[in-house]
Amino acid sequence: MMIVADGLEKTYASGGRPLTVLHGLDLLIERRSFVAVVGPSGSGKTTLLGLLAGLDEPTAGRVILDGQDLSALTEDQRAGFRAERVGFVFQTFHLLPTLTALENVLVPLELVGRAREARDRATGLLERVGLADRMDHYPVQLSGGEQQRVALARAFSNRPRILFADEPTGNLDVDTGATITTMLEELNREAETTLVMVTHDLQLAERAHRVVRLSRGTIAEDRPGAGVPHSVQPSP
Amino acid sequence: MNLGFALRLAAREGKHGARRVGVYMTSISLGVAALVSIHSFRDDVARSVQAEADALMGANARFSSSRAFPDSVRTIVDSLEQAGAEIAAVTTATSLVLAPSSGDVRLLQVRGVSGGFPFYGAVTTRPAGRWGAGIPPNVAFVDPAVLSQLRISLGDTVVVGGLRLPVEATVDDLPTDLAFQTAVGPRVHLAMETLEAAGLLTFGSLARFELFLKLPDRAARDAVAERYGDVLSATRVRYTLAEDQAQNLSNGVRFLGRFLGLVGLGALLLGGIGVASAIHVYIRERQPGVAVLRCVGADQWTVFVAYLVQAAALGLAGALLGVVIGVGVQRVLPVVLAGALPVDVTPELSWISLLAGLGVGVWVAVIFALIPLLALRDVPPLQALRRDVTPPRPTWDAIRVVAWLALAGSVVGLCVLEAPEPAIGLGFAAALAVSVGALAFTGWALARLTRRFFPGWARYPVRQGVSNLFRPRNQTISVTLAVGFGAFIVGTVVQVQANLVDDLSDSFGGGRPNVLLFDVQPDQREGIVALMPPGLEDGLEIAPLVPSRISAINGVGADVLRSDSLREDRPEPWALRREYRNTYREELGPAEELVEGLWWDDLRSGDGAPDFAGGVLPGVSLEADIAEDLRVGLGDTITWAIAGRELASVVTSIRRVDWGRLEPNFFAVLEPGSVDQAPHTLIMVARLPEAEQRAAFQRGLVERYPNVSALDFSRVQEAVEAVLNQVRQAVGFLGAFSVLAGMVVLIGALAASRAQRMREGALLKTLGARRAQIVTVLLSEYLALGTLATATGLVLAWLGAAVVMPTVFDIDFTTHFRPLLAIWLVVTGLTVVVGLMGSRRLLSRPPFEVLREAAE
Ligand SMILES: Nc1ncnc2c1ncn2[C@@H]1O[C@H](COP(=O)(O)OP(=O)(O)OP(=O)(O)O)[C@@H](O)[C@H]1O
Ligand SMILES: [Mg+2]
Repeated sequence: MMIVADGLEKTYASGGRPLTVLHGLDLLIERRSFVAVVGPSGSGKTTLLGLLAGLDEPTAGRVILDGQDLSALTEDQRAGFRAERVGFVFQTFHLLPTLTALENVLVPLELVGRAREARDRATGLLERVGLADRMDHYPVQLSGGEQQRVALARAFSNRPRILFADEPTGNLDVDTGATITTMLEELNREAETTLVMVTHDLQLAERAHRVVRLSRGTIAEDRPGAGVPHSVQPSP
Repeated sequence: MNLGFALRLAAREGKHGARRVGVYMTSISLGVAALVSIHSFRDDVARSVQAEADALMGANARFSSSRAFPDSVRTIVDSLEQAGAEIAAVTTATSLVLAPSSGDVRLLQVRGVSGGFPFYGAVTTRPAGRWGAGIPPNVAFVDPAVLSQLRISLGDTVVVGGLRLPVEATVDDLPTDLAFQTAVGPRVHLAMETLEAAGLLTFGSLARFELFLKLPDRAARDAVAERYGDVLSATRVRYTLAEDQAQNLSNGVRFLGRFLGLVGLGALLLGGIGVASAIHVYIRERQPGVAVLRCVGADQWTVFVAYLVQAAALGLAGALLGVVIGVGVQRVLPVVLAGALPVDVTPELSWISLLAGLGVGVWVAVIFALIPLLALRDVPPLQALRRDVTPPRPTWDAIRVVAWLALAGSVVGLCVLEAPEPAIGLGFAAALAVSVGALAFTGWALARLTRRFFPGWARYPVRQGVSNLFRPRNQTISVTLAVGFGAFIVGTVVQVQANLVDDLSDSFGGGRPNVLLFDVQPDQREGIVALMPPGLEDGLEIAPLVPSRISAINGVGADVLRSDSLREDRPEPWALRREYRNTYREELGPAEELVEGLWWDDLRSGDGAPDFAGGVLPGVSLEADIAEDLRVGLGDTITWAIAGRELASVVTSIRRVDWGRLEPNFFAVLEPGSVDQAPHTLIMVARLPEAEQRAAFQRGLVERYPNVSALDFSRVQEAVEAVLNQVRQAVGFLGAFSVLAGMVVLIGALAASRAQRMREGALLKTLGARRAQIVTVLLSEYLALGTLATATGLVLAWLGAAVVMPTVFDIDFTTHFRPLLAIWLVVTGLTVVVGLMGSRRLLSRPPFEVLREAAE
């Protein structure tokens, strides 16, 4: 198993009375699988993603990521773990505005001190997403679709074993969104990464191996997607 | 335009804005506080000084003169006394004073006091109450500083002139004193008859004579000036009313206060730059919201007014805070400065100062906010639909031009209002503009260089930190400007002062003479030479000093020349009137250079020498500047009045003199043989390298030749260095104040860019950055920012000092690196501390928020 979520519960205390967003959620995700998380707004998708990636701590329950119990780690250790094994793609791209496209792709590698050896890899990835001639441009000089492609290259630069994507096409038009998804799929297949993607786009979700639908903080549905390979079946 | 909607919008948005850019209002507060406190304090001092006018003089009026009062003035005083006025005399001489118990000698002011002086105010002595109706005869009272200078205590004996006097009391507070006066020249106070008995007042010695009047009737006092004005001016006796002295004093305070006011204004304008930069960021952030407003139908001006009102409200809040701080400072100042103030100052609320501070604060906030606010008009409604619409580049329309002109006009206007004189205000505004321009340019250039040449091999977090200086909407330049300004002021002052001190030790140190004797009578010469340590007599220079006045030039009487204002060749009146201390000697001095004519030996050798005035008159060599002021050249004759006799001389040469040297130098050097028989004193210059040699020599002088005054230049050097130090401290304080103002701008900039920095930090954490890496990023960013700002200021300071030293002070410039390094350390350290403090939250927040769009 790549991801084991065990009785995940998240309660926010803000705003006077406590608000429980996730109610004891269990989830197992296989290696190399592509899981789409769908559900209405406010159902807890982003919250779940944050917990799975160790960005936040659950109120109850635990997450085992690639064999590592996240609750056993300090915040710094979790950061180190992410730098080594986790990649991210966000709805609003989140590139560092002071760095060029190439430098942005290099950040995860630089954080683990592998910058020099990996320069070729970063340029390769940028070529792969069709930005060979935009490497030295700053984010403000790129369109939204181009920025998201830089973000894709960045997500794969440290050869993550798990990739989390939160509505990666949410800010893009349909065609661009489709291109991004295709790239994501291809890179995922080549790198044999486990991909967890939150999306509102049901058509896009159907391309996953497995679709998990959240509703009010619980799993309302868990079924195979159209892109399901025979070797990978959803857990019962 | 819809004003009602604009105001409601301002009220609603304002809450948000106050949280986002509220800190910027403090950059206004500091300047307003400075202005309010300085203005109020200035008024307080002027009022208190006027109220204490009589106590400050110790009397209602005073006659003063640099010579003993002539009989004509004595007669006036006698008649005033007949008419009921009380009179007290004070005479101040300068003399060496010896303390036999410690063996120390100092050149001190010795004052003789008669009658009931001071008539107003009480003298505090230790032991208490000794100065009752005056000073008892045959004892000495001293200023407290004298005890430590001579290393004696109460009850010990001092030798003043020919008398040995017990020190009976210290004078701890004389109401007529300004604090710094005693610090400059500590005094020995004697009864008048004791001073006379000491025999200090011989021919040619320097002294100051004063007569104090107790004449409470104002009309009677004014009548003195009217009735006897002619006699007084003819005898060069000054008559001063207590009110006028107080007025002069408070004018001085006022003038000083106005300079300080300029400094406060400088801080306020720096704050204005902070405001402009914070509003700039705020506006850029509000753009999406503004675009939505435009979409739903708000017009340009409604939006503009809504934000202008917010800026004004924040400015008002900042100014109010400033006024409160200012009033607090006004109350603290008299306590802090108690020692330096001539009178007890009671603070009073000065409503005009408060309102002026408030008004100026709001005005500066609004006028500086105006220009960034104008960008609001250019926000395209389309931006609400598509985020990446780039707004059109701002165009130079009439309104923008008017806004800039209003800004420039306000700055110049405020400077002129605040300055002691309009010219100073204009100069200050110009200096401000030039330094802001130069700082901005230097900052920009250094930033470019950093970006271009920052080494790629540096570790990633360091590179990230440095590149953060260039993030979109960065305020690097405005922070550089604000912080660099302080570094610039401090740096310049430190460089200039260090160079001046260097020059001082050059002039006084090395092989230069360091003891100067004057008032030596010719028959004392041999005895004094004998007092010198053996072997050092050779370095002794002796010059006769012949007190002379000019009675005629080319046969025309000095009075005639002076009164005939139409003459084209009329000499400068002061040059005609002054008393000359001429000398005669064979050789040209080491600090002199002949520029015209011939020296005596060439002149009299005969062959080919010009034959001035037929060769019958003795020659005189004039210093070049005085020759110009007297409108004379080679061959002109000058007739001198020397001790009642006339001596005609002809100008045979013109010399240039380096007055910076300590060897005795003279305007006029007469040919030897011409005045040798005239009454004269001697001036002697010696070099005594060891402090003990100087002390022993001075002891000998006091014991045997009490009329001789001796100046120890190493003491003068100490005194000048002390004054320089004080100046540096004062200006350094102003610099520190500017650095503080810069820090406030930095805090404002940090607050304004908080959201963005939080987002970046969270993102880095999400991507796997550890705490230590993020701390390194932050540290590098603020280290780079502090260094950029300080370097900008220091580069300009260095250039400034390198220009000022040779042009203004005529001194070669050498760079002093250590103080520059110290300034860099302190200012950059402050920047780092402030920056890290402002980023604490970034470290403690969980990375999760990056997933939530626009976390703020
Ligand atoms: N810091 C917080 N404090 C309080 N409530 C929060 C906080 N963060 C999220 N919530 C609440 O948790 C619930 C789930 O939020 P979450 O962002 O996970 O939903 P989502 O499924 O990602 O929605 P969307 O599709 O709109 O992105 C929401 O009701 C939200 O208001
Ligand atoms: Mg979400």
